[in-house]
Amino acid sequence: MPQLARPLSPHIGIYRWQWTMTLSILHRATGIALAVGTILLVALLLSLAAGPAAYARVQACCASPFGQVLLLGWTWSLCYHLCNGIRHLAWDVGWGFEIARGRLTGWIAIGASLLLTLAIWACVFVRGGAA
Amino acid sequence: MSALELKTPLKRARGWGSARSGTRHFILQRVTAVALVPLALWLLWIALRLARADYVQARALVHDPLHALLLTAFVLAAFWHAQLGVQVVIEDYVHTRWLEITLQLAVKFLCALGALASVLAIVRIALG
Repeated sequence: MPQLARPLSPHIGIYRWQWTMTLSILHRATGIALAVGTILLVALLLSLAAGPAAYARVQACCASPFGQVLLLGWTWSLCYHLCNGIRHLAWDVGWGFEIARGRLTGWIAIGASLLLTLAIWACVFVRGGAA
Repeated sequence: MSALELKTPLKRARGWGSARSGTRHFILQRVTAVALVPLALWLLWIALRLARADYVQARALVHDPLHALLLTAFVLAAFWHAQLGVQVVIEDYVHTRWLEITLQLAVKFLCALGALASVLAIVRIALG
């Protein structure tokens, strides 16, 4: 057990809110969303292996308004976690720790994830599709 | 070291921190992340193609040996990465010991099941 009198590092409630904190929390939140959302991919593969009737049911779920909102959320979560994950990998090799650069790459991650999501859904709507 | 105590300092350190295994989680999370960068981009592309496909076309797409291989790689890397990531979130925020252990086990089992179910489905499609 740690000594209770030991000084603790300041936590979220102590720090003034910063842009980069929002990004960090979003990285975790999208990570959890993706972990849960991967069940959708498992369902798709299982139904594809099971037969046309099961696959049609999954397709109908994906095409419903609720399914479309989930898919949109899943797409953005994947795009953001991917873009911001690359930012994290850059930090791991020691690049981009300066405050200005950290903020800038954060904006790039948000912008790139939104653009990527937009491009994907534009493809879905322009070229047509069940899901 | 006394005559009765033949343990080396390394023996005493093992299991209490690094002992050359402390970085394993960190490294595995990065390795799976690097693998998932190209795999996720590929998955987005294949998902777009699946969105436009009917049952026969979708099955043919996953039946393709290259796609079956990459899909298996994605699913394995993704569930591994997910387990490692959710593990850290639980470690950070769940401070009730029994609940933490229950959640950690549940996440491990669910990730393993998800990966196994996906691989079995892909194999059935690829060989069928």
